[in-house]
Amino acid sequence: MQKQKELLKVTDLKQYFPIKGGILGRTVNHVKAVDGVSFTIYEGETLSIVGESGCGKSTTGRAILRLDEPTSGEVEFDGNNLLDYSKKEMNKVRKDMQIIFQDPYASINPRHTVRQILTEAMEIQNSVPKQERNDRVLELMQTVGLGPHQADRLPHEFSGGQRQRIGIARALSVDPQLIIADEAVSALDVSIQAQVINLLKKLQRDFKLTYLFISHDLGVVRHISDRIIVMYLGKIVEIADKKSLFNNQMHPYTKALLSAIPSTNTEVKRERIILKGDVPSPIDPPAGCRFHTRCPFATDLCRTEVPELRNGDGMTDGHMAACHYMEEIKNGEHQPTVV
Amino acid sequence: MFKYIIRRIIQTIPVLIGVSILVFSMMHLVPGDPAQIMAGESAPKEQVENIRERLGLNDPLPVQYLSYIGDALQGDLGNSMRSGRDVTSEIGARFWVTVELAVYSTIVAVFIGLIAGVISATRKYSFADTSLMLIALFGLSMPNFWLGLMLIQWFAIGIDLPSWVPFISDTSWFKPSGWGSFQQVVLPVITLGTGSAAIIARMTRSSMLDVIGQDYIRTARAKGVKERIVVYQHALKNALIPVVTVVGLQFGGLLGGAVLTESVFAVNGMGKLIIDSIKARDFPVVQGTILVVALLFVIVNLIVDITYRYLNKRIDLD
Amino acid sequence: MTSAPNTYENILEIKDLQTSFFTKDLEVKAVDGVSFTIPKGKILGVVGESGSGKSITSLSILRLIEDPGKIVGGEIRFKGENLLDKTEAQMRKIRGNEISMIFQEPMTSLNPTFTVGQQISESYKIHQGLNKKQAKERSIEMLKLVGIPSPEKRVDQYPHELSGGMRQRVMIAMALACDPDLLIADEPTTALDVTIQAQILDLMKDLQERLGMGILLITHDLGVVAETCDYVAVMYAGKVVEFTDAKTLFKSPKHPYTVGLMKSIPPHDHDIEGDLSVIRGSVPSPAEMPKGCRFAPRCPFATDLCRENLPDLITDEEGNQIRCWIYSDEWNGDPEVDVHAETERTT
Repeated sequence: MQKQKELLKVTDLKQYFPIKGGILGRTVNHVKAVDGVSFTIYEGETLSIVGESGCGKSTTGRAILRLDEPTSGEVEFDGNNLLDYSKKEMNKVRKDMQIIFQDPYASINPRHTVRQILTEAMEIQNSVPKQERNDRVLELMQTVGLGPHQADRLPHEFSGGQRQRIGIARALSVDPQLIIADEAVSALDVSIQAQVINLLKKLQRDFKLTYLFISHDLGVVRHISDRIIVMYLGKIVEIADKKSLFNNQMHPYTKALLSAIPSTNTEVKRERIILKGDVPSPIDPPAGCRFHTRCPFATDLCRTEVPELRNGDGMTDGHMAACHYMEEIKNGEHQPTVV
Repeated sequence: MFKYIIRRIIQTIPVLIGVSILVFSMMHLVPGDPAQIMAGESAPKEQVENIRERLGLNDPLPVQYLSYIGDALQGDLGNSMRSGRDVTSEIGARFWVTVELAVYSTIVAVFIGLIAGVISATRKYSFADTSLMLIALFGLSMPNFWLGLMLIQWFAIGIDLPSWVPFISDTSWFKPSGWGSFQQVVLPVITLGTGSAAIIARMTRSSMLDVIGQDYIRTARAKGVKERIVVYQHALKNALIPVVTVVGLQFGGLLGGAVLTESVFAVNGMGKLIIDSIKARDFPVVQGTILVVALLFVIVNLIVDITYRYLNKRIDLD
Repeated sequence: MTSAPNTYENILEIKDLQTSFFTKDLEVKAVDGVSFTIPKGKILGVVGESGSGKSITSLSILRLIEDPGKIVGGEIRFKGENLLDKTEAQMRKIRGNEISMIFQEPMTSLNPTFTVGQQISESYKIHQGLNKKQAKERSIEMLKLVGIPSPEKRVDQYPHELSGGMRQRVMIAMALACDPDLLIADEPTTALDVTIQAQILDLMKDLQERLGMGILLITHDLGVVAETCDYVAVMYAGKVVEFTDAKTLFKSPKHPYTVGLMKSIPPHDHDIEGDLSVIRGSVPSPAEMPKGCRFAPRCPFATDLCRENLPDLITDEEGNQIRCWIYSDEWNGDPEVDVHAETERTT
């Protein structure tokens, strides 16, 4: 992979949510939603975070924008640590980083027309001169595939797919560099989902956008991403470019996750790994490798020692996984310990 | 659960301290010198000074407060200025009269309110629903002293109506005043309970409607459960959760409402005691009564919270 | 139940089912002439996007449609008998006993104020007249059957103490308690994570083989259908547009909607160059339902024939059914039309 410009660099990000309890309502414990996550997003790429509910993927996205105040770590954007910024400075930076949510309806004022919604973002950031705002609104609507005649309609008059287009238009209205898409297409029906995915890809080409795409749908992620992070219980278990992840996944969790997706291809009988049990609670995550409670390959080492995220033998540049035995599993030296 | 109860009891302590400070300061916030008021306008200076000394009014306020609280904790709330008897025994019997009035009213209100609410909810927009909610609106808007007077007029004294009007004309089924016998209890309880019944009915209706739309009600129906059991077991148990809170708040309101109702029906309870004492500027009695009512209110709240906790399994996380 | 011998071949036959919702001035035909059959001991998948009427169809079978909805026509033959002729009391004996149902949201489908055991026991008490103790014992057995660890402990827990996957297992235990002949599963895994979804689908298939009931699986996920079902009915705007065995459907889908649907899903097992193909526009709202074929406004092959006239469900030699003019003798468009051809990939 050639050297690209780093746009966002996350280092050892932690997000602990306190749990109140006891007689005096003290903090008795923490939900360790994100527990030491580091990665870099390069300019113009789409980096995806996948994982199941509770893995910390959405929390990571929110922590980067400081929608929740992170517990510790660094988030460097264009060389500055966002976590050192004051509220005011942070608001300025938000112009460059926008977020699109799963349910656009919940994040827009239902009493505002599309025009008001789009103008509001421009007003807050003061990014577009007043007299040009109206033209810009119509331009944005056209960009996301809405007609100018819809500018004065209210959100409830639109279908789910169209509302997501409004959400995208709002994000675009301030000319951001980075868009965090948090399950942005998950609530849409497949035929509509395809339209919105194509739109996102087109916008990326046209405006040189960088995406942090958070999703649980590996099909969508495969289609849209350049690189992919797999998270499990607050930690990154594997990070790789798309090709390596889908063709040469190293972590047993990634393997299980991929094999669990039902496929419409009935010709090929695939071997399916069905994981036992549930994801443990992020309040008291398992010691050692967090996946060991469900991993078919787990040993005593996995139960005690936290595996480092590392680039092992036979892995491409930038492909890293956090498993003690990934090479041995690959070449068949390490067999499942539980049947 | 046990831990929770302990925690809730500990949490009531600041509330009680706050109330006692308020009650205590009342004496010092009323315009004029309490000693002078007690002694009377034209009392000689020495007598006023005497009272002041006896009541410890010359001590700094914190000292006065502490000694007041110390006495109160031992059941000594001072002496009535009217009768000279100690406030505790002055309240004594009347305490139970008011508690009875409030408890009976709550029971009646809950009973009527729940039934009306459930009927309304299960027959949404029907004639029964509309009429019940209209009646509830009336019940809610009627001042209870007025309702009390009307009830006395209609059911205790009797009114002059043409003889073809059944029932009402010239009846005196119930007694217009006093407390103790069934005939005396009915009218005050209805007077005091009507407003609460109306609120509980409305609350139950909206809560039931919410619950009946839930997925687990559909699950119960899909299991083949009879509609009656769906409503009265599956739905009502969940619908009761918010209603319990309202019942608790209502009980507090009833204690306040008792003041008026007791006056209208000449019931010799704490409400009437407060009014009489205020009229006579009998501060120790007023203070003592308010303290007791506040304590009662706190205890009821505690019971409500524990019941709520018991019903709502989801919040029991420790 | 009548003692008629098991002469029926199909556990369920739905014919021309119509369910509508009535507002003041509008009849919304949510299910508009749906027909399909489930052979004994088979799994039928009903696929469709939101608004296709698939969930309403499933609720109609148990006659659980609530006001302002109403079943306005058709037949629902269960073991040969029309359920629409049954009294409410007869229906109650069928619900949870001969036909049971599990729902999409395991989080909200269990009553939060009753223990898991109480909720499973209820079925035994209603349908088999067991007492409290017996019912609880059977509930524990059921929990064991659906793979819940330490069932003796779980039986006394409340739903909020269980994870989503566990709750769906409880729902399944409850549904299978009385050994039903038909299980209706309405999006049973949609709210679950993929690794948990895999567990639940595996469990359902396993139990289906062991207990031999028929399953009606409602889902929007074609992958789930492909991996679980024997037959598939594809629904669009209140109508079945294609009904066939699962193998045939995934090998050679015929209806342009089915084809479009399959193409618009980004696959996880291979790459797609360029944009995804899309179905243009969106599902028609019930108030402005197209006059002809419901799919005509979005169909790349539609002709005036399609826009003006509603096609019938055509049955071919193998018994596969399709509702599309292309496969009829009246087709007046390109006779060589290839529904699998490249279509648009617009945004």
